[in-house]
Amino acid sequence: MKTISTTVLIIGGGATGTGLLRDLALRGVQCLLVEKRDINAGASGANHGLLHSGARYVASDSEAAMECREEGELLKRLAPQCIDDTGGLFVAVPGDNEQYIADFADMCARSAVPCHEISVAEARSLEPALADNLVAAYAVEDAAVDPFMLSLDNVAHAVSLGASYRCNTRVTGFRIDAQRITRVELVDDTTGEPLCVEAALVVNAAGAWAGNVARMAGATINLLFSSGSLLITQNRLTTRVINRLRKPADSDILVPGGTVSVLGTTSVTIQDPDACRPSVEEADRIINDARAMMPSLETTRYIRAYAGVRPLVLAGDAGDARNVSRGFSLIDHERDDIANFVTITGGKLTTFRLMAEKPADLVCRKLGVDSPCTTREVPLPPSNMGMWTEPGLTAKTWLGTRDPHDLILCECEMVSRSVIDAIVDTIGTAGPTRGQSMLTAIGLRSRVGKGPCQGGFCGLRVTSHLYDRNCVEGTQGVAELKSFIERRWRGFSPILWGLPAMQADLQEALYCGMMDMELQIPTAREDATEGMETTTHPAPGEGAACGDRQ
Amino acid sequence: MKRYETVYDVMVIGAGFAGMAATLFAAERGLSVAQAGATGGIDFSTGFLDLMAVHPVAEGRYWDSPWDAVDAVIRDVPGHPYARLGKECIRTALDDFTTFLASQKLEYLGHADRNTPVFSPAGTVKRTFRVPRTAWKGTEALRDKAPTIIVDFHGLKGFSGPQIVEMQKQQWPDLKTARLAFPGSIGELYPEHMAWTLSAPERCAELAKAVAEHARNVEYIGFPAVLGLNDPVRTVSLLEELTGRHVFEIPTLPPSITGPRLRATFDRGLAPRGVCTFSQKMVLNARRADDGLFSFQIGAAGDVRTVRARNAILASGRFFGKGLLAHRDGVIEPIFNIPVTQPSSRTQWHTERFFARQGNALNLSGIEVDDRQRPLGTNGAVLHDNLFAAGAILAHHDWMRMKCGAGIAIATAYHAVRSMIDSGSKG
Ligand SMILES: Cc1cc2nc3c(=O)[nH]c(=O)nc-3n(C[C@H](O)[C@H](O)[C@H](O)COP(=O)(O)OP(=O)(O)OC[C@H]3O[C@@H](n4cnc5c(N)ncnc54)[C@H](O)[C@@H]3O)c2cc1C
Ligand SMILES: Cc1cc2nc3c(=O)[nH]c(=O)nc-3n(C[C@H](O)[C@H](O)[C@H](O)COP(=O)(O)OP(=O)(O)OC[C@H]3O[C@@H](n4cnc5c(N)ncnc54)[C@H](O)[C@@H]3O)c2cc1C
Repeated sequence: MKTISTTVLIIGGGATGTGLLRDLALRGVQCLLVEKRDINAGASGANHGLLHSGARYVASDSEAAMECREEGELLKRLAPQCIDDTGGLFVAVPGDNEQYIADFADMCARSAVPCHEISVAEARSLEPALADNLVAAYAVEDAAVDPFMLSLDNVAHAVSLGASYRCNTRVTGFRIDAQRITRVELVDDTTGEPLCVEAALVVNAAGAWAGNVARMAGATINLLFSSGSLLITQNRLTTRVINRLRKPADSDILVPGGTVSVLGTTSVTIQDPDACRPSVEEADRIINDARAMMPSLETTRYIRAYAGVRPLVLAGDAGDARNVSRGFSLIDHERDDIANFVTITGGKLTTFRLMAEKPADLVCRKLGVDSPCTTREVPLPPSNMGMWTEPGLTAKTWLGTRDPHDLILCECEMVSRSVIDAIVDTIGTAGPTRGQSMLTAIGLRSRVGKGPCQGGFCGLRVTSHLYDRNCVEGTQGVAELKSFIERRWRGFSPILWGLPAMQADLQEALYCGMMDMELQIPTAREDATEGMETTTHPAPGEGAACGDRQ
Repeated sequence: MKRYETVYDVMVIGAGFAGMAATLFAAERGLSVAQAGATGGIDFSTGFLDLMAVHPVAEGRYWDSPWDAVDAVIRDVPGHPYARLGKECIRTALDDFTTFLASQKLEYLGHADRNTPVFSPAGTVKRTFRVPRTAWKGTEALRDKAPTIIVDFHGLKGFSGPQIVEMQKQQWPDLKTARLAFPGSIGELYPEHMAWTLSAPERCAELAKAVAEHARNVEYIGFPAVLGLNDPVRTVSLLEELTGRHVFEIPTLPPSITGPRLRATFDRGLAPRGVCTFSQKMVLNARRADDGLFSFQIGAAGDVRTVRARNAILASGRFFGKGLLAHRDGVIEPIFNIPVTQPSSRTQWHTERFFARQGNALNLSGIEVDDRQRPLGTNGAVLHDNLFAAGAILAHHDWMRMKCGAGIAIATAYHAVRSMIDSGSKG
């Protein structure tokens, strides 16, 4: 069996794992990250993209509010390419709790979260889409963050410092001798082959799956899973982040992201982190609730929905739901008699840097490495890997070069063939290996499939191009296309009224009416699950994350 | 003033397969016809005419004989549009339709009682009933797995020779591909422009020359469907002459030329039959006077015309065609507000998996008609005795999964026209 040696093994390629990879790489610690699907395939690719100013947490959790404020300020300075510093508003409508409105400014002051009241008229002149019957408005320092660019830039920086990563590589078990993990067992889901990693120290950054991973090592973490659904609008409705000024509830927040806006979220407790997908019922609930602060949310065109899972760590592992903390948890599994195993889970995207710093400190202490954290000072360099997730960039590049031989493969988002080629090159061999989830990987690293056609047309064109490039062979490219479409469908099906219903009708006419794809070629997923030892593990190109952001 | 205003025998609402067929059948029977409609499935179609190939959809069972499949469907799905027609009506409708197309240089081929396997643009193979002559040789090559080369072009996106070869290579080792520069162009290519270019014999000669070195050891040459616009059979024959090989077309992804060819054929053929076409115009609303006379407002705000007609055929399609509108709380038919049979709530519309064989419940939604194709109201009674409906807007079929799109459209249009004439509605 193939064996890889490393000093630190990081399990999970979300914001936390990739942030940790970079943090340790900056400290000169050799590390390898393994991700069972792809970078940001978990909650980090299925969240709201709000860089919290902290104002949302001032009533419930002053500490979290302060963390958000501090980390938000750092990120705006050190990773400006990933941030759209929009500013934010908190607005209340008739019927919202008056006491909460009255206390808001003081609560912000107590957590040192900048906030100032503005007149309702000013709020409406800043954001004309707001309801005309607002009763209060405050300006805060919220911003929007591109989580894909963030994680990809972290990976790229870490790799440039000597770290390595592998996608489609899933941890399946641990061997423990004398209270230490001596071997980590994995499966390469591209080839189906087992492999093994020997590491001095193992960090579990598997997000909502951290409990599953810990259990494989015989340790227990008590988690609750809270699934949240969000809706993406076709157009950007506001310049700023808009929050409902009330005790945090569902459907409170509208975050602009490039050319779109994202509305959400719900919070539904589920039993299995792999069982989350947005529903028709949630889509309706979100719109019915949020239209009070912005009536156009009722009539605007939505392009898709998506859902992610938040792991809520039960404080003290006591299983008492009232003590659930939304802050993050760092667990040294010394407590479970495993000396070289650490778990980091929970938290927020906004605080991912801190969520990397803390376990990195612990890791270094355990390894006897004396090297301080530098992520508070060292800027995050923009990378080739992350650059194509930016809405509008591919169009600008296309217009800028106008190479007559280049072709636009994704017309909704103006992604050209040369950009696809550049992405295929950055995916290389460490990314999800060619063929198996190539199209999904391209989708994650660009805006392919994210426009109104939801992959219906660009999926076909990119697939043809992958055949032309010899990246896929046999029926595999079409199988992969089917799983790509199937994945987009999770987010598409909840919002099929108006124009999207027409689009879906056309898509089905193409794929089923015209090409009989429902009857031929199993999806890549059906292929891959065949013969796997359990059914709970999603196969490449499928599974956990419930639909990608945007 | 009023005296000079035309009252048409029938207003056809829709310019997809169903609307075109209804217009044709009515005009051929000497009725005066007005027709309105914009983009429909026909513009996106492969040109293949599907009759029936899969039933029951949940089992994904393919049928070799479309007629046996129609029998089975009539037996198992009493509400299916075919169940009201019977096989003879369906056969005559398709024959009349393809006879007209052939008279306009768009010839169709196929077996009397058998579906024919054909290529889709993605390299999958589907079964259909009638195939444009220009694609026919491809069905022979596919059947015999004969030595064949698929030619594709730099600049034509979404059509990949390597994809088709890879998809087929297990069964068809003698299939290969070559990529050529399209005569006289660089950069991005569009099928319509390519078809136009190849209408010129000099360009065909250039193309034949470029293909020659790749086609030495093959019997067949397959091209994307760009071989000519108004007389593609001529272009194909010319290429066969020049290359000494059998030549065929494979449909491309939309925007393709196979759809526009059909539309152009109708435009050419219907005009001499006196049809008044409101091309790319929509019916905004309909009113029916007490004496039964319809008046329609046609066009767009600021440019509206009124058209009056003794009868109407509603062939406005489904969601893509805009004949049905999906709202958050239900599906409506916007012109006459005909009740739409549909699942009880939006949560029931779609399946969790897009490629699930049984398909989406919403696909079976649509309007109900009596056995003369007249839409029914909520009480189950005929809404108006001079209003008929045809095509995909009808309830109880899933043309996408059953593979009966053009068949339903053409056959129900035929039946609607026949019923209309039977009820003596000529002015
Ligand atoms: C609906 C929603 C909205 C949110 N909105 C915001 C917001 O607006 N602002 C904000 O700051 N935060 C937000 N969050 C929180 C934020 O998204 C998460 O806190 C953050 O993304 C967690 O990152 P992570 O890396 O810890 O976990 P994840 O991103 O879930 O990463 C865990 C990774 O581990 C991998 N993995 C699991 N098991 C294995 C295994 N056996 N082997 C290998 N790999 C494995 C998974 O595939 C996954 O990629 C939101 C969360 C949700 C769910
Ligand atoms: C991508 C695609 C591929 C296809 N491939 C095939 C194939 O390979 N084989 C096959 O047999 N079939 C195929 N079809 C199906 C076929 O083209 C038709 O869609 C189907 O038969 C239904 O036809 P229809 O005329 O009822 O509706 P549509 O084709 O949808 O036409 C509806 C018409 O009504 C018009 N309309 C709607 N509202 C109004 C209004 N208010 N006023 C005026 N006009 C209005 C529209 O503009 C349009 O012209 C395909 C369809 C699509 C979309």
